[in-house]
Amino acid sequence: MSKATIEVAGLRKRFGQTVALDGLTFTTTPGSVTGFVGPNGAGKSTAMRVLLGLDAVEEGTALIGGRPYASLKHPMRHVGSLLDAAALQPSRSGRNHLLWIARSQRLGKQRVDEVIELVGLGKAARRKTGGYSLGMRQRLGIAAAMLGDPPVLLMDEPFNGMDPEGIIWIRSFLRGLAGEGRTVLVSSHLLSELPDVADHVVVIGRGRVLADSTIEELTAGGASLEEVYLRLTTGEVEYRSGGEETWPR
Amino acid sequence: MTTSVTSSRNGEFLAALRAEWTKFRSVRGWMIALAFAGLMIVLFTYLQANGKHEGYCTTRNPNSCVTGHPFVPSGPGGEAVADTFRFVAHPLIGNGTITARITSLTGRIWAGPANEAPSLADTRPGVTAWAKAGLLLTPSTKQGSAYAAIMATGGHGVRFQEDYTHDQTGLPGPILGAAPRWLRLTRTGGTITGYDSTDGTTWRRIGSAHLSDLPNRVDVGLFATSPVTYGGSATQATANFDHVAVDPGATVGTAPGGWLGQNIGTGLDDFYTTLGTGSDQRSADSFAVTGSGDIAPAVALAGGDTASDSLLFGLVVAVIFLIVIGTMFITTEYRRGLIRTTFAATPNRSSVLAAKVVVVGLGGFAVGAVAAAAAIPLAQHVMKGNGDYLFPAGPFATVRTIAGSGALVALTAIAALGIGTILRRSAGTILLGVVVFVLPTFTGPGIIGPTSSGSVATWLYRVTPAAGFSVLGLLPRSGLVSYPYTMANGYYPLPPWAGLLVLCAYAAVALGVARFLLLRRDA
Repeated sequence: MSKATIEVAGLRKRFGQTVALDGLTFTTTPGSVTGFVGPNGAGKSTAMRVLLGLDAVEEGTALIGGRPYASLKHPMRHVGSLLDAAALQPSRSGRNHLLWIARSQRLGKQRVDEVIELVGLGKAARRKTGGYSLGMRQRLGIAAAMLGDPPVLLMDEPFNGMDPEGIIWIRSFLRGLAGEGRTVLVSSHLLSELPDVADHVVVIGRGRVLADSTIEELTAGGASLEEVYLRLTTGEVEYRSGGEETWPR
Repeated sequence: MTTSVTSSRNGEFLAALRAEWTKFRSVRGWMIALAFAGLMIVLFTYLQANGKHEGYCTTRNPNSCVTGHPFVPSGPGGEAVADTFRFVAHPLIGNGTITARITSLTGRIWAGPANEAPSLADTRPGVTAWAKAGLLLTPSTKQGSAYAAIMATGGHGVRFQEDYTHDQTGLPGPILGAAPRWLRLTRTGGTITGYDSTDGTTWRRIGSAHLSDLPNRVDVGLFATSPVTYGGSATQATANFDHVAVDPGATVGTAPGGWLGQNIGTGLDDFYTTLGTGSDQRSADSFAVTGSGDIAPAVALAGGDTASDSLLFGLVVAVIFLIVIGTMFITTEYRRGLIRTTFAATPNRSSVLAAKVVVVGLGGFAVGAVAAAAAIPLAQHVMKGNGDYLFPAGPFATVRTIAGSGALVALTAIAALGIGTILRRSAGTILLGVVVFVLPTFTGPGIIGPTSSGSVATWLYRVTPAAGFSVLGLLPRSGLVSYPYTMANGYYPLPPWAGLLVLCAYAAVALGVARFLLLRRDA
């Protein structure tokens, strides 16, 4: 079993009456970017939190390299994650944010400076994160995910708030990671963000897998990605108000 | 295998600790608040100490009033003592014995208003329990000197006492005409032994004392004294002795027969309140000795001020600051969602909580202890300058107060961290923290007032987190002094360590619930 595999099997979880995960099952392959797509509330973020041992499930297993996340020693050296780029103490500098995470993984200041360079945060790293733009926060979050040089990366909506230039940067960045043999799982509620990035797509709705295939297979019938996505997710969202919520831009 | 698992867990905890410390120090506002909390301790201690000015009057005439404090003698160990009595002394050269029979011990108790200087004009008969009369051996009649004595008391039977604090029990029962007591002191080198007897034939050894550096010539003799009652009334005692004998009885040409009656420590500037004037009458080997005062440890009666009293308000202010810091250290993570990054970095949530406890605890301890270490000498300096009496506190008591102040601040911060973990909200946690950990302190003597210190306030300082402030208690208690050891008089109901344990229990409960919820809940 590769250290870089993500294996999710039969995840079931509910929040009160709402079913968040309903037997969710999928696997990722090393050296590829897997897109994790679904409408808002489909269970993408919940699945990622379960993978990171943050949320408990009623049934099922979520393994990374064959082991539950919580059993990993220095877990961020195995799995880098970006859940919410806004999850920052605004009065702490970006560099100190990276430094405390580095300390928790027994990594040094040198590695902190390396990842600051890697994401191009530069001198802004010394400033308080309270003054960061959304794009800078995303870069800081990616830097944090890269601290442990992990073989597996989980990114929840990394394109959110990025300007076009940033989106281009992050696409090539993620491609590069896969090229280095890493496993990358990227969630998005916009399928259109993924074609240039993802080799593979897992589409989910209401906590279940709707499609699990390559981009080519999805669009094999000549349909556009948008059409495929809409067809798949029809009836899988709570409501659709004029399409604005989920319609790909 | 077990070793590697343990060391890996230790490694994980140490890594979490370094991470939490980095988090803590990298928020400048928290560091500033910590430093500010320390400054508040020093500032308020200074203000409190500077507000105290002492003065006293030696007579009812206002012209006799002076600023400063009355004289409090220091015992052989540097402790504050009362040393006020009537002494009929006889020299003793080398080894020897003094023997006497005490046939009565009676007394008078001041019955006038509490705010008037006591006089014999308004008294009722009665002998207070710690009225003392008997035989005493001392190298010097200077107040605070070392001594050993065998005595009858008003209500505690025969006692052998040395150097104010040591006490051994002899024959029980009061002195009545039908039940006189024979008393004897013998000196052999540096050892003084006390005996009692009901018939002057069969002697029972009660105890012995070793007085170091005892000169060849000492004073032995008869004494009588009578302390202030529990209710605060001055008293006087008269004892009748017969069969008084000093052996060897060689006179050294001082007074006729070698006996010299004198009042010890009854000067106007002595702190101890006395009734009447000491006197004695001699007829052959019979003596009547009348005295007032006490030979015992000084308690708050001597003036209850200590430098650590002045710490109270500043510590309360610092505690509020640390409640806020301890709370924010966890609740801001919940508010921002940063807690998920924390648990992704360290999946063992108990380790995270423990690391936060250590960081906040050390921060609180450092602030409390460093500020107290600066504030106590400052307060002492200011109070001395103001002429206040400072109850002597040994180095151990001072170190205890400093460490106790640190522990008090640390434990409150840790408890706030626990509550913050439970509630996950800043405002609610700070409110609850202040209500539980600060309010009882003020509700005690502050609002209910010192007059009711026997009841509600005392219980607040026993069972609520206010008990932690017992670390400021420095005044000595003594079973040899009947005195209301109440909060109104500067005494906390619990000893310092017990007060801290009460606070510890609150912090432990908060942390226990916090850990339980932390392990159960989704992050």
